[in-house]
Order: sequence, then C-alpha cells, then structure tokens
Amino acid sequence: MDEILEILEDNARVSYREIADMIDLDEEEVKKKIDEYLERGVIKKFKTVIDWEGAGEEKVYAVVDVKISPERGKGYDLIAKKISNFPQVKEVYLLSGEYDLSVLVKGENMKEIAFFISDKLATIDRVYHTTTHFILKKYKEHGEILFEKERNHRQVVSP
Amino acid sequence: MISRNVEKIPPSGIRKFFELVIGADDVISLGVGEPDFVTPWEIRESAIYSLERGYTSYTSNYGLLGLREAISDQVYEKDGTFYDPEREILITCGVSEAYDLAIRTITDPGDEIIVVEPCYVSYQPCVTLSGGEPISLPTSMEDGFVPTSEEIEQRITDKTKAIVISYPNNPTGATMNKKRMEEIADIVSEYDLILISDEVYGDLTYNEKHVSFSSLNGMKDRTILLNGFSKAYAMTGWRIGYLAANEEIVDGAVKIHQYSMICAPIISQMAAIEAIVSGEKGKMEMIREYNRRRRMVVKRLNEMGLDIFEPKGAFYAFPSIKEYSGSEEFSERLLREKRVAVVPGNAFGECGEGFVRISYAASRETIIEAMDRIGAFLESLKR
Repeated sequence: MDEILEILEDNARVSYREIADMIDLDEEEVKKKIDEYLERGVIKKFKTVIDWEGAGEEKVYAVVDVKISPERGKGYDLIAKKISNFPQVKEVYLLSGEYDLSVLVKGENMKEIAFFISDKLATIDRVYHTTTHFILKKYKEHGEILFEKERNHRQVVSP
Repeated sequence: MISRNVEKIPPSGIRKFFELVIGADDVISLGVGEPDFVTPWEIRESAIYSLERGYTSYTSNYGLLGLREAISDQVYEKDGTFYDPEREILITCGVSEAYDLAIRTITDPGDEIIVVEPCYVSYQPCVTLSGGEPISLPTSMEDGFVPTSEEIEQRITDKTKAIVISYPNNPTGATMNKKRMEEIADIVSEYDLILISDEVYGDLTYNEKHVSFSSLNGMKDRTILLNGFSKAYAMTGWRIGYLAANEEIVDGAVKIHQYSMICAPIISQMAAIEAIVSGEKGKMEMIREYNRRRRMVVKRLNEMGLDIFEPKGAFYAFPSIKEYSGSEEFSERLLREKRVAVVPGNAFGECGEGFVRISYAASRETIIEAMDRIGAFLESLKR
C-alpha cells in the first residue's frame, strides 16, 4: 500500500511538503504521484467530513433497502447505475442477503426523501420492493467518530 | 530521618524541569516519554468487560498464567527464545518495577553494575538504593550511542556483577546491531556476568527488526529480559510489564515482588492478554505513524543545521545543541522564550550534556509548530 494514500485518506489537507517530509521523498515527487492518482481515478476526490448537526444545519438521511429483479446479461449494474445518477443518492452498495441494494439518500426533510423514493426510486423498472429507514442519529461517519474527541491526559514532561 | 542511601541519590533531572513547566498551559511539549495515542479500544473494552465479570482479585504472585503463556508465545514467535511460562516469567507493575526487581535480586552491597549511558533515569538510582555501585559507561554520538565491548571490558573489575543496556534507547533513539550485540554477549559470558536488557522499545524500530539479547547463543541464561506493554500498545498508565529470566533469578525476584507488590493489578493483566491477542494491528499502525513523524523531525532538525544522529528506534530524537549552550540553559530558554518543552539531555546521564531529547510522540501539528518555534529560537541565538 502506498503510504501517500494512507496519509491522504486520513487527512486530505496535509501539504505536499509535509507528506514529503514524512515519507522521505521530495515535494515534486509527491505532487507527481498524487497527480497520477487523480488522473487514474485512484483518488476520486478530496472531500470534507462535516457534522451538519453540529453546524446547526438539519439534513435528513435515509437508508433504503431495494429489491431488484436483475436483467439478463447485465445483472444489477445497469439499475444500480440508474439509481446512482440521482444527486440525492449519496451511496449505493450491492449486498448479499435479503435485499439487493443499499442506497443512502440525502434530503432537506422527510417529505422530500419520501417523495423521491415513491416517485423516482420505486418506480424504476425492475425495482419491485423498497424499505426506507430514516437515520435518527449519526455516531460515526467515514471512519470519524462524531462524539467529542477523546484526549490523552499526559503530563507535559515525563521520563 | 532519611537513610543515607536515599539521601545519596539525586532527584530526577526531569522532575526539576517538570516543576518549571507546570502551570504554563500555553506550552507545547515534545518532552513526553509516552505515546500520545490512547490505548486501542479493543484493549480498553476488554478491561471493562473483565471488570463486569468480576475480575477484581489478587492474582498469583507471578501474574495470571494466561498472560504469562501469551507472553511466552509472543517472545518465542519474535525471537525464537522459549521462556517457561510457569517458572521463567514474572508479571510486574511496568518495566520500572521489573528493573528494580532485577537489580535488587542480583545486587549485594558493594557489587558494581555497569550502566550504559545516556539512559532511563532510574537505572543508576535503583543500583544505589540496593547498596550497589553504579558504574557509568558513557557513549557518544560519534559511536552511534552504543558501547564497544572494549569499553565494557575496561570497566569490569572483580566486583562487577551485571551490565544494564537498553536498545532501542531512551533518550537517543539508538539501536544496536547484531554484531555488536554478539561482541558484548561474548564479554558477558567470558566474565560470567548478568546482562539486564530493557527492551521496552523493542517493537518500535524503523529500519531493522529488533533482536533480543536473550536470543543470542548461550545468552538466555545470563540475560534478564525486561519488557512491557507501555510503549508498544500505548498502555503506560496500566503499569504492566514483565521480567523474563532463568528460574533462579525469577524465584528471587518473586520473593521481593510478593512482599512489596503482591501482584500486578488484575485489570491490567487482563488488558495485556487482549493486547497480545488483538493489539498487533493497532500497534503496527502506531509504529507507521511514529516513523512518519520521525522522518519529519529528523529532516527539520537537519535543515536547522543541528548536529543529529539518525534515531532508528523508540520515539526520540537527540540532537546536539553544544554549539549554542548547555542542555539545561538551552531547554530553559527554549521553554521561556518559545514555549516549547524538550528534556535536557543531562537528565539521562552526564554524557547527555550538550544534547536535548525531543519526543516525537506528539501530533503532527504539534511537531510542526514546535519545529517552527525551535527554528526561530536557533535563529535568535545566532544573532
């Protein structure tokens, strides 16, 4: 595993210089490597994990379980792509088990999400069943715990 | 009122510096000799679970057999040395207790114990408290902060009982290569000595895998291996370590341990078992992060023009500041003028004079800010 990816996955704002110092490369090489990753699509995007509730903004999220009858020769991919194209849809996974797709939907309020599901999602050809779970509270997102940060209680100087 | 022995030992140089720092809350610190990570959650969770199940009693003086077996397996896997979990391993309250036990177990009044310096602050005082005579063996940056077998041999007298060594080293970050270890092992055997090897930073090496002294040919019987969970698993506050040696030494150490400590806290012992079982991944992640910080610190100190030996283990850098001033003056001024705490090198023995210990067990942001301030401080000294 490339250490650059590991460092950036944890914190996208680390500077080229800082990465270079940490892995013993020069700044230019680091920049070149990151550009390559971007070009190849290994690095998709640099985004920010935001606690919207903490910012005083209410957003509503729902996890929607979707059952699909797959298409011959194309399986689930075509339907999954259709669903993914909606901007309200934030995440789409193909699952083993009772349901086929797990879809994370984001909206301004419950009504908006409910309408999106009944009007757009559930009506897609070959989608024959949906179950909607509204998210009541987020505890951890993208590997980040949304509680108050844990702190080490060390003394300032110790042997 | 106080015994002459206690009167004889100086208070820790770190303690003195600590008094200066305390109360100043705007100080950023690279003076801490412990991980900045909190103990990985699996380990903490398993301690909570053992409390829930009622694990609140004493254990065997030796410690829980389950923990000793886990340690025995781990040591065997890493070094190929087998310690009998029933007779050759003693669980202690941190490596500090293990060291004290080792010294008290083997030292008669007047015995000389050679202590390789710079070193952890308790090595000499514990010898003095046991009525022994600590013999300093200074090492230098030019020699990579490791002693040669000749230097050891020069200090051996008919009173010499043991040598105390700790690599990867606190405060220098030095490691010792296998060839040098073998040369030293030969001397230890030739003069029929005991080697006390504190390997608490053994897992924290960045280039080569750590080799344990006890794994060298014929050395298991002559080595008292000290290790613990504090550094590798970020468990300093749990106070849990161990002493591994031949049966005779462990028998002796258990006598002292049972009359002073009885046993290490059961809750910490339970947590330590979990650390061995499931702590490997967390440990490796911490080591990778230390390594990044290490490179960062070394590079920055180099750019400042400080004379620095490349640390290969533990989480310390030990640059020379000789061209500017003495260790204490440098540290005190850096603290007063730039609000950065580092530890004066002479706290770790006389040969540490002219150096400061910089701990990179701190967040990257802290390190970067501290390095900027140290850089500015050096500039101000040059003017």
